[in-house]
Amino acid sequence: MNIHEYQGKQLLRDYGVAVSNGIVAFSPEEAVKAAKQLSTDVYVVKAQIHAGGRGKAGGVKIAKNLDEVRAYAKELLGKILVTEQTGPEGKEVKRLLIEEGSNIEKEYYIGLVLDSATDRVTLMGSEEGGVDIEAVAEETPEKIFKEIIDPVVGLTGFQARRMAFNMNIPKKLVNKAANFMLGLYKVFIEKDASTVEINPLVTTAEGNILALDAKFNFDESALYRHKDIVELRDFDEEDSKEIEASKYDLSYISLDGNIGCMVNGAGLAMATMDTINYYGGSPANFLDVGGGATAEKVTEAFKIILSDEAVKGIFVNIFGGIMKCDVIAEGVITAAKEVGLQVPLVVRLEGTNVDKGKALLNESGLNIIAADSMADGAQKIVELVG
Amino acid sequence: MSIYINKDTKVLVQGITGSTALFHTKEMLEYGTKIVAGVTPGRGGETAEGVPVFNTVEEAVKETGANVSVIYVPAPFAADAIMEAVDAELDMAICITEHIPILDMVKVKRYMEGKKTRLVGPNCPGVITSDECKIGIMPGYIHTKGHVGVVSRSGTLTYEAVHQLSQAGIGQTTAVGIGGDPVNGTNFIDVLKEFNEDPETYAVVMIGEIGGSAEEEAAEWIKENMTKPVVGFIGGQTAPEGKRMGHAGAIISGGKGTAAEKIKALNAAGVETADTPSVIGETLIKVIKEKGLYEKCKTH
Repeated sequence: MNIHEYQGKQLLRDYGVAVSNGIVAFSPEEAVKAAKQLSTDVYVVKAQIHAGGRGKAGGVKIAKNLDEVRAYAKELLGKILVTEQTGPEGKEVKRLLIEEGSNIEKEYYIGLVLDSATDRVTLMGSEEGGVDIEAVAEETPEKIFKEIIDPVVGLTGFQARRMAFNMNIPKKLVNKAANFMLGLYKVFIEKDASTVEINPLVTTAEGNILALDAKFNFDESALYRHKDIVELRDFDEEDSKEIEASKYDLSYISLDGNIGCMVNGAGLAMATMDTINYYGGSPANFLDVGGGATAEKVTEAFKIILSDEAVKGIFVNIFGGIMKCDVIAEGVITAAKEVGLQVPLVVRLEGTNVDKGKALLNESGLNIIAADSMADGAQKIVELVG
Repeated sequence: MSIYINKDTKVLVQGITGSTALFHTKEMLEYGTKIVAGVTPGRGGETAEGVPVFNTVEEAVKETGANVSVIYVPAPFAADAIMEAVDAELDMAICITEHIPILDMVKVKRYMEGKKTRLVGPNCPGVITSDECKIGIMPGYIHTKGHVGVVSRSGTLTYEAVHQLSQAGIGQTTAVGIGGDPVNGTNFIDVLKEFNEDPETYAVVMIGEIGGSAEEEAAEWIKENMTKPVVGFIGGQTAPEGKRMGHAGAIISGGKGTAAEKIKALNAAGVETADTPSVIGETLIKVIKEKGLYEKCKTH
């Protein structure tokens, strides 16, 4: 789960990690009011959307007075911002962060991420901040430093200092930088983040070190123990069908095609997508009903697929293990009867309780095209959708 | 022969009184798995599906001699259950539970250092040695005894591959689902090593997916060490970049861990890859025919 920059910065502030002063605003009036509360000559007006590349796309403005704050706020609010990470459709700006400007001396990069090669959380830092860090990693990997963290003792002081020295942070600021990293690690662990990126981390003319941006991503599996983080979720940033699916613990992702898919297991769901593409079709979604789904969940999943107007046909591909085929059949039948089924439906069932599942579908009176295998089913639905 | 588990394996079910665990305990017993004990804290002294229930893993091991555990404990408590199995010095703990917080697993991996227990999973379908021992949630009827080993990051794709093999008359020794989480216990190389040394396994099917670098590392290992033919498949070839596809491990970013890179690495290591999941079986048959192993692998 992602959160906004201003929310991430508030989290950092709560943990005593240095960030620039700033206030969120939802209207030009609020933006001006926020600016008045800041003690600065220069204001930064920043569009808040869940995507990187905002600066380059014109989503960050420098204002020298309150009139300019109002003008930029008017310009940005409601604007569709297209960045390298939003896709061509862009994202509408609905929130702004009004911040005090900083006298930047130099920009750095700092991040925390799980390294699955070592199964440890790893601190990454570089003196090449404010730029595309993936490009730095590719072109000059020697400029990226790593500290692997023992989960029992956590990030140690010497590791944080070593990182600061490696990043060539001025000697007099090394301790401040180390404290910054220790605080960042504490937030990461206590809130079950999966990645945190501060790009850029800056040193200022006044001798401070602070986060100019903050990108947090949280482990969805751990959200059950972080009600405060769940409250930060911004539904405007997410696909409405994905939100609906998440209410029922379904893993749903919208895609561009016209074949609705309902599958169990992420691997099979990906493989189904691959197979539909292979036969010249295009999936409208990725929907993994998971292992322990009930008939009610399957019903909701099927309704979500049916609610997508782009869907011209549905392919249900189930290989039951923990998921029982009869449960899937029940859910499909209930949903189809409740909502009405206007598009062709191809079903392939195999695995646990397969005979029960097939019998239920046969007796349902629904117009269902049975498939013998994934390939057979994919070919049939691609043909039917045309 | 087989790897990891066989007809003599004594199985312990952690979280046995939950509904999913009960259903699968019944299925495992019907398959012929020797389930000797169950554990649910506070339910010691009861029986579940005829299996004696204990309060702790330690007690269950002492009383029954169980050597492998299978974990169906809900996600918030699953990491603790794994550590309890490790503490009791079981040979293996197979964790079926999905959605365990990543940082919990980071701690578990640290706890396991220097201990004897092998962890399979979490978020996996389990391990099955055909006709001998089924531990997990896979449908038993698709498996037939034979000479092909299967290792996979995806549960349902394991079933898909096994089903194709069985229908084509190619039986399996053992099928291992290693799970799709970013932090897991057993990786491709661990399983490939076992299959390489198992005299009954003549060929291996390896199923990977986008994200991470486990397939690339396995390809390196195969190139240097594997003496038996390996056939591969990578799921997620058409996944849009940057979208999370359910398995936390299956995230593509910045061109790393893409299907194309993994397929390239496997092919370079002499591993033939199936273009679609539907031809995994066919691809294996083609390869074992080329190597003159088809007659030896054909079981019915």
